[in-house]
Amino acid sequence: MATQILLNNIDVPGLANFEVYRQLGGYSSVVKTLKNLTPDQVTGEVTKSGLRGRGGAGFPAGMKWGFIDKKSEKPRYFVCNFDESEPGTFKDRYIGQRNPHQLIEGMILGAYALGAGSAYIYVRGELFYVLRIIEKAIEEAYKQGFLGQNILGSGYSLDLYCQPGAGAYICGEETALLESLEGKRGNPRIKPPFPALVGLYGCPTVVNNVETIAALPWILNNGGEAYAAIGVENSKGTKLISACGHIKKPGVYEIELGLPVEEFIYSDEYCGGIRNGHKLKAVVAGGSSVPILPASLILKTAAGEPRLMSYESLSEGGFQSGTMLGSGGFIVMDETTCIVKNLLTFARFYHHESCGQCSPCREGTSWMEKILHRIENGQGTMKDIDLLVSVSKHIEGNTICPLGDAAAWPVASAIRHFREEFEEHVKLQKCPF
Amino acid sequence: MQKKLNLTEFNSDTLALVRQIIKRYPEGRQKSALLPVLHIAQAENNGWLSAETMDYVASLLDLQPIEVYEVASFYSMFNLQAVGNCVIEVCQTGPCWLNGAEELLAHFEKRLGIKPGETTPDGRFTLKTVECLAACGNAPVIQVGTEYHENLTPQKADVLLDKWQEENKISHTNPYLL
Repeated sequence: MATQILLNNIDVPGLANFEVYRQLGGYSSVVKTLKNLTPDQVTGEVTKSGLRGRGGAGFPAGMKWGFIDKKSEKPRYFVCNFDESEPGTFKDRYIGQRNPHQLIEGMILGAYALGAGSAYIYVRGELFYVLRIIEKAIEEAYKQGFLGQNILGSGYSLDLYCQPGAGAYICGEETALLESLEGKRGNPRIKPPFPALVGLYGCPTVVNNVETIAALPWILNNGGEAYAAIGVENSKGTKLISACGHIKKPGVYEIELGLPVEEFIYSDEYCGGIRNGHKLKAVVAGGSSVPILPASLILKTAAGEPRLMSYESLSEGGFQSGTMLGSGGFIVMDETTCIVKNLLTFARFYHHESCGQCSPCREGTSWMEKILHRIENGQGTMKDIDLLVSVSKHIEGNTICPLGDAAAWPVASAIRHFREEFEEHVKLQKCPF
Repeated sequence: MQKKLNLTEFNSDTLALVRQIIKRYPEGRQKSALLPVLHIAQAENNGWLSAETMDYVASLLDLQPIEVYEVASFYSMFNLQAVGNCVIEVCQTGPCWLNGAEELLAHFEKRLGIKPGETTPDGRFTLKTVECLAACGNAPVIQVGTEYHENLTPQKADVLLDKWQEENKISHTNPYLL
């Protein structure tokens, strides 16, 4: 059994209640940290841990905190990105609804390290019922003296609030999230300046994902080095993988980074193999934005090495033969799956979610959906396949935020690895599935 | 067709809630309360935001009406047209599609006799398609108000529809009262 840092107590009845959580050792990291550690020492532990942003980008968390503008006289803010919307990703919801206090405990630690007096948890609007679970947990934490004025007599004060979104994938991009939190349309900002200098209300701000923040209590309790002892290369610690699609056991699993992909898919401890006696065809390993890989390349690298669930191993081979760990949204497809149709649902998604600010993304996502729609419905031509590649190349790298890349990569990779399936749609003038 | 409300005033309880929400932000940043307040206003205006309702929200938060319109039209959860009592939102993104979302949607269309975006003539149900609801492990998934219904099949959908028919389900309720 892999070390369980995030899901250790997830099945304990009543875990969302303060008393139950506290009895299991919850909030001990706050007691210890506020008494013994300076904010910089907290950042130091997180840097030592090697923890990387779990929302998808994988940026080192300690380094991100280190960029906060300490010379500024303005208030600082700590913001939790709970806008979980990347197709295939459903890990943060699991933490939020079952174990809200672990997230709150992490929020206190992060806010203390950054010197923030106010913090917000931005929850996607569809998950309002989860937002209300967290708000009730926040109320309990206030009553018990873990939030509010002079926490545990330490002199440190923190107010924590939840903020709902209202249906916009783009608000998972951190500057769009901050715009939304200010009550505006979720249009991403041009960077630099980064939020660490100019964030919420123009003040220094750090935005971290739910899973990143939920790992902080364990790191502060056990030390950064203990966390860094788990995992491989620069993939330290554990990662939540939300597995879905044609597997026997869909669900959220906590793995130690470095687990072989083959073991993750076929072991009964995890996905349990492909359902209905079917064969593995393809995997989207890190949420809909990352390149799709055929069975042969997800299980082994192009060099024949076993592929591991780690930042390095999944990206081995670059985009030619590799992919990315991303958010950990692991979508498995069996041989009955039409790759073109699956891609069409993703293209429709990105078209729907483009904020419309940059023309390559606004127009390109629309075109990709239209072209895929006609290929899938038997009206495509061979030229359309190259046109798709061309459109995706014109989006990639040409937009303010990564949504453009996220829309382009699935298209480019599906054609790279499954071109014959697109051609078959054109030749048959219909979907072969 | 149900009555088209044009809510232009919250009751005192709701106003107290709105004031409490505004306090979450620094002085002068009450615009941050816009999304939470629009959620409340929509719930209290039969599930949609009329121009009059948005104007009222603008006056409450000391904003120009255009600041409210441009936000309300950006976010997909806000309905700018009247909807039925019970809005059924069917996820259609990849992982739900892999698990039968198309058949499920077709079943809802057949049972209700409407297409996505339409409302039944008696004003009871509106059908919508939505993008990923972050519940892919329990696909296919639908959302009705603040409720998620997961691992759905046409059979399970029938059971839900019968129940909602009978109780005249209203899906828009103030989410802060959950």
